[in-house]
Amino acid sequence: MSALRNRSVLIGGAILAVVVAIALLAPLLGTVDPAQIDPVARNKTPGAERTVRSADGSKATVTYWMGTDSLGRDVYSRVIYGARVSLIVGLTVAAISAAIGLVIGVLAGYLRWLDNVIMRVMDGLMAIPAILLAIGLVSLSKAGLRTVIVAIIIPEVPRVVRLVRALVLSIREEPYVEAAVALGARTPLLLLRHVLPNTLAPLIVQATFVCASAILVEAILSFLGVGIPPETPTWGNIMAEGRALFRVFPHNILFPGVFLALTVLAVNILGDGLRDMLDPRVKHQL
Amino acid sequence: MVGLGRGRSGGVWGRRQPTVGEDRAHDTGVLHSGDETQATATARAGHHVERERPGHQRRPGPGAWGALAPGVARGDPAAIIAGDSATSQDVAEIRTKLGLDRPLVQQFVIWVGAIARGDFGESFFFKKQVADLILERVEPTLALATCTIVLAVTLAVPLGVIAAWRRGTWVDRVVMGFSVLGFSVPVFVIGYALIYLFAIYLAWLPVQGYQRLSEGFLGFIERLALPSVTLAVIYVALIARITRASVLEVLNADHVRTARAKGLGELAVLTRHVLRNAAVPIVTVIGIGVALLIGGVVVTESVYAIPGLGRFTVDAVLARDYPTVQAVVLLFSVVYVGINLLVDLTYTFLDPRIRY
Repeated sequence: MSALRNRSVLIGGAILAVVVAIALLAPLLGTVDPAQIDPVARNKTPGAERTVRSADGSKATVTYWMGTDSLGRDVYSRVIYGARVSLIVGLTVAAISAAIGLVIGVLAGYLRWLDNVIMRVMDGLMAIPAILLAIGLVSLSKAGLRTVIVAIIIPEVPRVVRLVRALVLSIREEPYVEAAVALGARTPLLLLRHVLPNTLAPLIVQATFVCASAILVEAILSFLGVGIPPETPTWGNIMAEGRALFRVFPHNILFPGVFLALTVLAVNILGDGLRDMLDPRVKHQL
Repeated sequence: MVGLGRGRSGGVWGRRQPTVGEDRAHDTGVLHSGDETQATATARAGHHVERERPGHQRRPGPGAWGALAPGVARGDPAAIIAGDSATSQDVAEIRTKLGLDRPLVQQFVIWVGAIARGDFGESFFFKKQVADLILERVEPTLALATCTIVLAVTLAVPLGVIAAWRRGTWVDRVVMGFSVLGFSVPVFVIGYALIYLFAIYLAWLPVQGYQRLSEGFLGFIERLALPSVTLAVIYVALIARITRASVLEVLNADHVRTARAKGLGELAVLTRHVLRNAAVPIVTVIGIGVALLIGGVVVTESVYAIPGLGRFTVDAVLARDYPTVQAVVLLFSVVYVGINLLVDLTYTFLDPRIRY
């Protein structure tokens, strides 16, 4: 398969596969309950060990590989479980905004009478900087995973719509569309059979970048304290928690930060690779 | 976003009065003009410049403001003002006083009317005029944004030019690698890394805070240095990427070969013949990047405890202080749209073929 011959796709995909595996196997990776508060084990530095006596009197040694936060929660467990939230947000936002953007974009590109209305609404949405719009939307509703996902999708949709619309505008002039029209194809069938499939490749590339940006925006919202409730382990929340004591215990910011950056980097590299793969002309040019 | 740009389609304006700048904006610098090429050009642009293109547009749509108008809000503003110990009668009174019992459209018209008269309302939280609160906080944000833009442009444009000029070499790879990295590392992680290195480990600079310009220039710059660098990273990544693509395009042009053939030095060729012709997409992306900058300001001010508009926005959201949220979002959006309008106007100077 040609995907395996592209180095970017291979590297990005491999890192991403590891993160997905970590997220799926989180309970098996030696983690404890990520929300468990332990007043005795507050602010442990990475690698610190502690002897725990269980109810039956037997002793066991616990190692905090990434230390603990100011409430005594195990940072390692929180980081591992945090991968789940980031991936859920990234994938959901990418899939839903791509789907919504595809439908609206195809309609705007093909049905001229709708175009003006749709694009003006999209322009209006894009006039507000994405993060600001997301923050504003979150403030209108209860904080939670669903709110955050919706608040990230809304600023992303207009950008997908623009891309799809531009693609459709060029596709509709292609000879094969003309031929289909001449053969009497009805509009819905024409869109579904001839126009839609040709927008997919660039749309997938776009979706990877939406995914990367969604993961970042979620982390930023959580970090600012307007995102997912603080007890949920997300990379942004762990860092928000570590803010106050950052000077003494930088590990609370360091570990989730590294994971976050690596994941987003992997998605971006994957996207770049897919783009080169799907459009060989670009690789030539750049 | 932050890594947050997307492809630009022709846009209705674009198709009616095609301008070179418009479609070049999101293209990697390929020069197209004319109605029929626009769609293809932008479609193609969609394939490869994914991240660097939030669309710029000339005016905000009313729909966007409506979404943030009072009353749509799930958290009832009247209940928030009344506080926890209020009776439902208190809440009802406040609601009538604020006009929240009126139809949404009417509320929106009243709000727009008030804005037109310069009345941004009173903050629920501070019980002061929102306009005054904003004025108190403009200086830090303006200082931070200005420093960042100056820093980013002076760094990114030469980097992009060098990367394009030495295409395929290690210099190119380093610049492009940095660019992808800049899009991937969140602003606050960069911020804390810099604080740890320069303020705690090396202890060269103050950790956090802000000092007004009137209280001394040195302290002002000292405290602004780290935040500006932090915020500049993503902006540099964006501008360098577009600069490289745009310059690459021009480097292959005939007039560049002519310039070299007549014995002009490389520096003169690059600045006078290449960069000038590559300017339109670069200036465009500087304008588009303002969206990233605004998002970044919100985060950076939180990290560095700078009492500016960004931190103010977050606090207002947390306090559900709707008049403040509305005013700040409106302000930021107007600035964003205004800057992009200015960018559009500069096209005329950069490329005399563009007319409005």
